[in-house]
Amino acid sequence: MSTLPVGMGGSGIAPATIGGEIDNTGSHPGRREPLVLGMDTFGEVTRTVCRVTEAKRPPFAWYIAFGLSVSLVGLLGFCVLYLIATGVGVWGLNNPVMWAFDITNFVFWIGIGHAGTLISAILFLFRQKWRTGINRFAEAMTIFAVMCAGIFPAIHVGRVWVVYWLFPIPNQMEMWPQFRSPLLWDVFAVSTYFTVSLLFWFAGMVPDLATLRDRATTKFRQFAYGLFALGWRGSNRHWHRYERAYLLLAALSTPLVLSVHSVVSFDFATSQLPGWHTTIFPPYFVAGAIFSGFAMVVTLAVPAREMFGLKNLITLRHLDNMNKIILVTGCMVGYAYGMEFFIAWYSGALYEKFAFINRAFGQYWWAYWIMVSCNVITPQLFWFKAIRTSIPLMFILSLFVNVGMWFERYVIIVTSLANDFLPSSWDRFIPTWVDIGTMLGAFGLFFTLFLLFCRFLPMIAMAEVKAVMPQADPHFGEDHGDHDHAAKGSHA
Amino acid sequence: MSRFLFPKWSNLLLPGLILAGAVAPLYAVFVVAYGFSPKTMEAGYQPEQPVPFSHALHAGQLGMDCRYCHNTVEKTSHAAVPPTQTCMNCHTQIRPESPKLVEVQESYKTGEPIDWIRVHKLGDYSYFNHAAHVNRGIGCASCHGRVDQMEVVYRWAPLSMGWCLNCHRDPEPNLRPVSQITNMAYEPELELSDDERLALIDKYDIHPSENCSACHR
Repeated sequence: MSTLPVGMGGSGIAPATIGGEIDNTGSHPGRREPLVLGMDTFGEVTRTVCRVTEAKRPPFAWYIAFGLSVSLVGLLGFCVLYLIATGVGVWGLNNPVMWAFDITNFVFWIGIGHAGTLISAILFLFRQKWRTGINRFAEAMTIFAVMCAGIFPAIHVGRVWVVYWLFPIPNQMEMWPQFRSPLLWDVFAVSTYFTVSLLFWFAGMVPDLATLRDRATTKFRQFAYGLFALGWRGSNRHWHRYERAYLLLAALSTPLVLSVHSVVSFDFATSQLPGWHTTIFPPYFVAGAIFSGFAMVVTLAVPAREMFGLKNLITLRHLDNMNKIILVTGCMVGYAYGMEFFIAWYSGALYEKFAFINRAFGQYWWAYWIMVSCNVITPQLFWFKAIRTSIPLMFILSLFVNVGMWFERYVIIVTSLANDFLPSSWDRFIPTWVDIGTMLGAFGLFFTLFLLFCRFLPMIAMAEVKAVMPQADPHFGEDHGDHDHAAKGSHA
Repeated sequence: MSRFLFPKWSNLLLPGLILAGAVAPLYAVFVVAYGFSPKTMEAGYQPEQPVPFSHALHAGQLGMDCRYCHNTVEKTSHAAVPPTQTCMNCHTQIRPESPKLVEVQESYKTGEPIDWIRVHKLGDYSYFNHAAHVNRGIGCASCHGRVDQMEVVYRWAPLSMGWCLNCHRDPEPNLRPVSQITNMAYEPELELSDDERLALIDKYDIHPSENCSACHR
């Protein structure tokens, strides 16, 4: 805990602003920029965060967003029921394109989730304090994204009523899933991911739920938040166990950040299809997942902090940091695209070469170039600090990244399948309205869940944010500025 | 303070909750494994037939051969349910006035077949060939049970996929000479030694497929 109270009036310099927001993005040796702005007490943090759920009515924009999202959920329900009642023929699938929108959406949503886990687990273990402002809703995003992802493998099997066959359950047929298939590993990877993420999210939320319970004014809120606060009273022992549990869960989640999307990439990489059969896939998929996930966090954070007045907690510094991660992972993704082409040429394999030339200049050239411009060119703009700290620009660019990453999966899946080894079997995938409706519906489900979360649960980890405020520093107030660094070191 | 904390008695629920959390997944697996099985769901199915025909009388006491009525069993995949005419081969002479035969007489006169209710029914997605089995030493009783003792026929075997595979993986205990196919009382494991049954595998050239497409064509 060496956060210095600089920027809390201690530095004596009036805070600079960018686009009307306080600029806390600087990095100066020896002093840290504040992560919470304009708040001098813990109580203010509590009030700012709790206000969102305690307000009589959410902002008007919430109603509009919610109405739109719920309508899309209705569309999702209709499309899924129509699919189940009719069969997978209602999608535009054909032979050889037997995977298209379904698995594209699955991989897209699983990828989105990864930012939440990275923020909550890896950044926690690396003691990145800025994570506290965004971890709660990024984790929520993870859970909702995995829920959206889970729909697609379940409905694409055709006979949905026997979807439990995905799991190795003893049965009268004496049939088992193929344990050597990554499709089965996927079942385990994704269900583990969901379980651990949910536990992590919930465990982290317990103290904040207790805060909401204690502030609740109606019987129902007291009971509902009280039930999920698990009797939290904030005793020293509670905190001790909580911190232990949180650390352990972070350690459990950390390998999942890397493993889940690696396993998802095996679905493709272990097959022999040119365009899929690539050893670079696991790291490439993980980088892409974090890339798309952070883009989605920015997409959600920008309007959310606006709508619910959380600008002092999700500051420019948080957004700037996320944009830097988008830049780094965007470079990795761009490198992977380049390396795929290099290997296609370097391998000398005829089919491999064709697959990639076909990807860029074949029937799906437009999808490929949407992907490249969104995923390779867009993040490069984040080299410029002016763009990294411009709210409207980062929002637009994050949308581009979302679009690009959706198209990445589409390109990988559809172009590889549509033009396989045998020209006589080549075909073209054209999505039907059910394909498109299901895709939009999944977005609806995601935003519906997210909006409900914003309204009813603490969107920001209050307890954790307080811990990174200067006030949490034991030196704060008494001896601040009294001693030099050496003396401070001996105290700590 | 008005905040909600768990009352003391709720501690008693904790072991129950933990137990439920641990048992619920096991229970779900158990339900699927046993509850969804045809052994639970379908074995023992015994519908009431339109005519009170007794297999116990015809095949048991009178000792009629199964193939007198189910005459296509050795030649085709389907073991025929006999037409009314087959019944009338005897019943024009024997007890023609029996009240139990009213439906049969009616059917004989009008030419409308009797609406027998099918007891042994496989899914449309599975192919089964009677001829392939009875010509290679699998007796009727191996799958249908002691029909010669059934007053009203019921489903004796589960006819589940696991049950089929059980024999396809290890047919030897169920093999008998083709001459004993319709002998309901014949028990291969008592009548034949292991070596004799193994010899039948060679004799009938038995190598049952475990391939999906053997049955799901």
